[in-house]
Amino acid sequence: MKLLEVKNLKKRYKNKEVLKDISFDMDKTETLVVIGPSGTGKSTMLKCINRLVEPDGGQILLNGQDVIKARRIEKIRQRIGMVFQEFNLFNHLTVLDNVRIGPLKVKKLQKSVATELAMENLRKVGLASEAKSYPAQLSGGQKQRVGIARALAMEPDLIMFDEPTSALDPELIGEVLEVMRKLALDGMTMLIVTHEMGFVREIADRIIFMENGEIVESGTPEKIFNAPEKERTHQFLNQFTKFWREK
Amino acid sequence: MEFFLSSMSVILRGTGVTVKLTVTSLFLGAIIAVFVALAQVYGKWWLNFIATAYERVLRSIPILIIMFMIFFGLPTFGIRFDPFIAAVISLGLRSSAYQSQIFRGALLAVSEGQIMAARSLGMTGVQTFFHISFPQAVRFSIAPMTNEFTIVLKDTSIAYALGVTELLREGTYIVSTTYEPLLIYSMCAAIYFVITFGTNKFVSIMEKGFAIPGYEVRGVERG
Ligand SMILES: Nc1ncnc2c1ncn2[C@@H]1O[C@H](COP(=O)(O)OP(=O)(O)O)[C@@H](O)[C@H]1O
Ligand SMILES: [Mg+2]
Repeated sequence: MKLLEVKNLKKRYKNKEVLKDISFDMDKTETLVVIGPSGTGKSTMLKCINRLVEPDGGQILLNGQDVIKARRIEKIRQRIGMVFQEFNLFNHLTVLDNVRIGPLKVKKLQKSVATELAMENLRKVGLASEAKSYPAQLSGGQKQRVGIARALAMEPDLIMFDEPTSALDPELIGEVLEVMRKLALDGMTMLIVTHEMGFVREIADRIIFMENGEIVESGTPEKIFNAPEKERTHQFLNQFTKFWREK
Repeated sequence: MEFFLSSMSVILRGTGVTVKLTVTSLFLGAIIAVFVALAQVYGKWWLNFIATAYERVLRSIPILIIMFMIFFGLPTFGIRFDPFIAAVISLGLRSSAYQSQIFRGALLAVSEGQIMAARSLGMTGVQTFFHISFPQAVRFSIAPMTNEFTIVLKDTSIAYALGVTELLREGTYIVSTTYEPLLIYSMCAAIYFVITFGTNKFVSIMEKGFAIPGYEVRGVERG
């Protein structure tokens, strides 16, 4: 059974079709990366998967369970972690409480168990020493690593990353990618939206190129980077290499 | 000297009533305000409409008219309050309109992203409110509430008109026997000042105590 199946997903805002007919699936432990120009519907797609945005049509199955028909969506969201471009840490809580609040209040684990779980995941992202700090006292890279630890502490089946490094200063991107690289090696199932093409090439098992609410093409990194079928994919990736050359 | 002491004790009694009026009215106002703000931020359109109408109307009527309507008007329907209660209800209702806007602004100042993050963890709307929105909104409300306290404190003097024996009425009573208006009213003014000043200091200390380290607390002004 597939870990995630998305079939004919549709979403429109007023008279704009943001997701036209998206279908793809993911295996357990797979790292699937979604690339594409901005305004293409990548974030909307991720939010439809855990229904932070209600899809207009299609089907989403998580381990075979229908997400759109689920009566208690909260139960399903617990199994899908999400990491945001803007980190979205809880400002009034310490780093420890940011990571612990899910296991404690949502999963209703015992405080000692939730604390241990939180600390374990803070160690994974290298921030156990900041447990008592508040988000405003951290650098952007540290904030995002707390965001990742917060998602990990729920022990989800899948983590979705929406441009996790786009809000970071260039010198802070590395530490976040390093943590994600480790997760991929550990066998975490990850659905990642990013523009970090070097990173994509290195860790993606499969890539989806999306434009205007549609999947233009998908395939392995070798295929997408070296021999894309569609001219549009080639053009899109070319922008990045040109950009690199100019730099 | 003996006369001075007896005047002092009357004035202190009045001060006690003034403080009681202020605190009770603010408390009543705070409770109503939370519901008005909730209706405005999370309510369906019709709840939002009712809450907004309530808040706009109360903000537009002079406090003296609200007091007269409640104290002199309601008995027409057989509803009678003693002057103190009528004053608390009037000041409380009016303050609820302002406090609701403080709290509404504070709720809206909690970023959408944090709400989304909470929901993505699997929190329900109610859990998100109690664990994420409410604790931050309360902090954002502290600074603008100082201002509201000062306004309600000063407006309690209008309860004079209903015959509540608060600070100003006691002062006036003493003036009528001593013929020292400047002195006595200056004393009353000084007392209002001391309470306001002391409270502002107290709140700003509290605010620092509750502040989130590294995070600047944004507030919303009474407008
Ligand atoms: N809440 C919304 N209301 C209306 N339009 C929206 C909303 N959210 C996104 N959109 C529109 O949907 C399109 C896709 O947005 P998004 O999913 O954020 O794209 P991407 O993440 O690929 O940059 C954009 O044109 C955007 O303006
Ligand atoms: Mg996006």
